[in-house]
Amino acid sequence: MLELEKNNLTREIEEFALAYENNRTALMPLLEYIQSKYHHIPDFAQQEVARVLDIHPVEVYGVVSFYSFLNDQPKGRNIVRLCKTIVCDMGGKCAIEKAIERELKMKFGETSPDMKITLEFTNCLGMCDQGPAMIVNDRVYTRLDPEKACAIVREIK
Amino acid sequence: MMQNDISNTIHESSLLFSDYEAGAGVRAALSMSREDILFELKASKLKGRGGAGFPTSTKWMLVAAAKGDDKFIICNADEGEPGTFKDRVLLMNYPFLVLDGMVIGGYTVGAQHGYIYLRGEYVYMKEYLEECLQEMRDNKMLGENILGKEGFNFDISIVMGAGAYVCGEETALIESLEGQRGEPRNRPPYPVNTGLCGAPTTVNNVETLATVPHIILMGGEKYAEKGTSGSAGSKLFSVSGDCDRPGVYELDWGITINQLLERVGARNTKAVQVGGASGICVPKSKFDRTLAFEDAATGGSIMIFNESRSMLHVLKNFMDFFVEESCGQCTPCRLGNQKLLEGVEMIEQNAYTFAHINNLKELAQTMKVASKCGLGQSSPNPFLSILEDFRDEIFHTKINGGVN
Repeated sequence: MLELEKNNLTREIEEFALAYENNRTALMPLLEYIQSKYHHIPDFAQQEVARVLDIHPVEVYGVVSFYSFLNDQPKGRNIVRLCKTIVCDMGGKCAIEKAIERELKMKFGETSPDMKITLEFTNCLGMCDQGPAMIVNDRVYTRLDPEKACAIVREIK
Repeated sequence: MMQNDISNTIHESSLLFSDYEAGAGVRAALSMSREDILFELKASKLKGRGGAGFPTSTKWMLVAAAKGDDKFIICNADEGEPGTFKDRVLLMNYPFLVLDGMVIGGYTVGAQHGYIYLRGEYVYMKEYLEECLQEMRDNKMLGENILGKEGFNFDISIVMGAGAYVCGEETALIESLEGQRGEPRNRPPYPVNTGLCGAPTTVNNVETLATVPHIILMGGEKYAEKGTSGSAGSKLFSVSGDCDRPGVYELDWGITINQLLERVGARNTKAVQVGGASGICVPKSKFDRTLAFEDAATGGSIMIFNESRSMLHVLKNFMDFFVEESCGQCTPCRLGNQKLLEGVEMIEQNAYTFAHINNLKELAQTMKVASKCGLGQSSPNPFLSILEDFRDEIFHTKINGGVN
């Protein structure tokens, strides 16, 4: 990370926390903000968050490592999360999984080398009545079939 | 929100999915005393719709009676139980019903602030809900001296979860709001006394809160006329799986599984999972059981499996889920679920002994009593009920060389 980027990040964190009077309740919203903007929460950001909220950096790391939507390692700019819970599974999740893997020449659990896409599984998205479902970033896609799913991931490739 | 291809399919509606004029419940409630509201709630026999079924009037009474300058009301919109999606439909189609329920709750228990803890997967709703909150502020339904009621100040903010099923447990949810790992607390003390930031807090499910305005408008006794003696009123059921018409059904408590299956167009049904992954699996021979707190209890999840499905595969999917979602804090849940999953994999590979399976059943019983929160206490349910009720399919067909 460049010095300039670091300074920017520090300023953003300080401004964000100020709205919460630097109270610890700011932690989750703040981490979610960093995650959505930088696609992960780098060590430097964790340390700055800890300093601003006056808690130990390990406390911040503990929270980052707990939640599946927060990551300390860089992920793709687009995250594809395919639901693997039973009803979507019965609806044909495996066929979709295999088709996407062939389409993108990568496996679920991996990030593409150009950092464009990360493929992940997720638990129930609450779309069981219209599955199989997946979320690409914040957008939900339902009633998928292999062809439809591939068309969607091709757009972000 | 429009860009998402989500359809909110409502098949049957009675109360919650009926016309509701935004603010009507709040207007009626503010003309009543707090005691009268609690009285109506008590008469309605409303029980928590998240699945645990704790009487709402008792919870609110405890918070109202608790000492503290700050009190909070939290709407639990961390709808993570597999097979449940009723809260999504409520929040997207009837947001003011839920928000009005929170305002009434704030007034009743004496809270000044409410939080909606929205699961991370539902982030696409956030903007719309924020708009609804702003509209309420513009209409003096939120803010200071709401609707001219002197001294009643109340506002609501939305906090996002970040993909942790366990945060649906109320104390884990509170930890998460405080900026901690979502690990459940020991209880007691209960949130009604020591909740968010140590203040008395009531945590209620989306559907529970959505029911409150209707109870205020129609009266508690009238609400309790429907349903059964132990489960008053109607319930939203999220129906999915092998049936013609999946979606949300609002039905009176006390309907039998058979009746439900007929309504949703399910054929050749082998099993129904009632109450999500942490619920119970009901086999065909017991389809005359009723959906009610006193019989087959559910937070709304109904997943239907037909004759073509392998119950071992279903069980493995559930155990996989629990291994992943256990917060890891207490040993019975963290290791117990792993052991149960291993057992299921052994059965799958035909590498089990019955002695070991029996040990695992004992372990499952231990988990039920020794786990710290509802996750570990209920995660052995599908393991026990599926291995018991489908033992012919799981253990016998393989010996005959049959294929599951």
